[in-house]
Amino acid sequence: MSRRFTPSVISANDLMTGRPVWLAADDRWVDDIARAEILEDEAHAEIRLLTANADSERVVGPALAPVRPGPAGPEPMTPRERIRARGGPSIPLPGNVTSTARKANDVRP
Amino acid sequence: MYVHDEFDAAYVRERVRQFRDQVERRLSGALTEEEFRPFRLMNGLYLQLHAYMLRVAIPYGTLSARQMRQLAMIADRWDRGYGHFTTRQNIQFNWPALGDVPDILEALAEVGLHAIQTSGNTIRNVTADHFAGAARDEIEDPRPWAELIRQWSTDHPEFQFLPRKFKIAITGSPNDRAVTRAHDIGLRMVAGPDGATGFEVIVGGGLGRSPMIGKVLRDFVGGADLLPYLEAVVAAWNLVGRRDNKYKARIKFTVHELGLDAFRDLVEAEFARRRPSFEGADQALLARIRTQFAPPDLVSMPTEPFDRAMATDPAFRAWVATNVTPHRRDDHAIVTASLKPHGGNPGDATTEQMSVLADLAEAHSHDELRVSHQQNIILPHVPKGALPAVFARLQAAGLGTGNAGLASDIIACPGLDYCGLATARSIPVAQAISLRLRPIEAEVGPLQIKISGCINACGHHHVGDIGILGLDRAGVENYQFTLGGRADERARLGERMGPGFAFDEVPAAVERMVRAYLALRRDPSETFADAVERLGTGPFKAALYETRQDADAA
Repeated sequence: MSRRFTPSVISANDLMTGRPVWLAADDRWVDDIARAEILEDEAHAEIRLLTANADSERVVGPALAPVRPGPAGPEPMTPRERIRARGGPSIPLPGNVTSTARKANDVRP
Repeated sequence: MYVHDEFDAAYVRERVRQFRDQVERRLSGALTEEEFRPFRLMNGLYLQLHAYMLRVAIPYGTLSARQMRQLAMIADRWDRGYGHFTTRQNIQFNWPALGDVPDILEALAEVGLHAIQTSGNTIRNVTADHFAGAARDEIEDPRPWAELIRQWSTDHPEFQFLPRKFKIAITGSPNDRAVTRAHDIGLRMVAGPDGATGFEVIVGGGLGRSPMIGKVLRDFVGGADLLPYLEAVVAAWNLVGRRDNKYKARIKFTVHELGLDAFRDLVEAEFARRRPSFEGADQALLARIRTQFAPPDLVSMPTEPFDRAMATDPAFRAWVATNVTPHRRDDHAIVTASLKPHGGNPGDATTEQMSVLADLAEAHSHDELRVSHQQNIILPHVPKGALPAVFARLQAAGLGTGNAGLASDIIACPGLDYCGLATARSIPVAQAISLRLRPIEAEVGPLQIKISGCINACGHHHVGDIGILGLDRAGVENYQFTLGGRADERARLGERMGPGFAFDEVPAAVERMVRAYLALRRDPSETFADAVERLGTGPFKAALYETRQDADAA
């Protein structure tokens, strides 16, 4: 028995920084899941995953992440993807806000 | 302390050069991710949820002030101003950019550190008692042996593609502070029949999805036989270990499936074959290593400042009671600097804190620091007279929390806030529990709470007095309890309680069990662990589940 396909987005990590990115409809990788393309159809999703995988010079590990369409765009359904989508850990980070890499890393891909 | 010799230095630099080239080829597109991934893992570079993570080996948890300063510099220059100390006495940087990693590795090499064999199916960083060389109950400092094992296992050609990762822990004390029974091999130093040093060899311990307590493979292996015997154990497993199933590949399954006696026969056959080829070079090397671990020249200074602070400063007195351990010499002490501020992230230290620890090590602890598997930092050789000054500096840096061994001294894995394998968050659970129990933790006394964010059990939850395992139940975090585990020389797996709790329910659930203990204990000298041993888990389980509705309403 086949299961219904859950709407999904394509989620990956940026090769240079490792930061989470999602595939948008115009083939660009965006740092905000709200701007990701929602894939409703399984066959289309497979084609989009092929596109994503071909972009291995920019991203690592493209994979489907199930979402629920919401008023502000796709909402991740798994705890894992929710944490990724918030752009960092759910806790305040220690450390020196002025350190060099922090500033550099904050420039999203 | 061991300092890299020319051979070590050349080897590490060559590895950095190779990795720099591999990164360049990955970035230029000459290597695919599939090709590159094994190379980055060989150099401790993981990809997690939000970024790359670099795991740096801290051999047997020992650091010099200079090394700690370099870690601080790396955190500041290439990361976000902090690092995370782990249960395997390593440090992890959570935000390096791929292109910077070769420079980071070069900076590590400058101070004799590296990230080799911190990942992959190899022999990992050897861990040791964090009080080694300072403890009162110690037979002998185990670290020269640990260093010998490090040199033997690093780049060992036979052991680069093991069935699975392999972890060794070593202690020189009868009181086990290194969790030797939860390692692939645990080594407990014992005095042999003729007084010579040897080891009890424990095999097949490990936590993870199928936790097992290690079994004694041999009561006594003499020092001269140690390396050939270790080699025989790893070689025997390397041949018969389950390469068909990564979930059954660790040595604990080999021992379990074959039976201890049958596995011992394989080991003894290997040992007989290999022993003759060890002709004494290892013992000559050990003798050279030993000279670098000569006990520090402890200074004598008046203990008067200590006596005065004990008499007049209750905060100092409370801190001494928990965070200061007797040293083998009466006028010295072992200090635990807490990386567990109430409500903080267990094991994290900022650049500034690392610098303060380096300064204190230089000024008061013979240039030495240790990372404990409990994710704190140890100053092993502090003259008692310097303790008030050390406490003041630690307090000012947020490192002076007097909670070592108490309820808020929680081991927690990074969990779903960082880790790609995690199924639930660990850190905020630890934060909430530590804040909740803070008012009663002094009254409660020794209590080990350990939290893992998935069944791989990096947070050692099976061996906590109270263990907490975070799972994903249909998209919602859910936390299961185990009770009555022990991590010491009487190591034991905790007993699993019933249904799990929601994220918000966990702190109150823990408190109910702790309050049950306060009500049930014979007197304050009976610890939580002792009470569970005497009463069984029943009364605590009853407390855990008795008032779920009340807890929900609270």
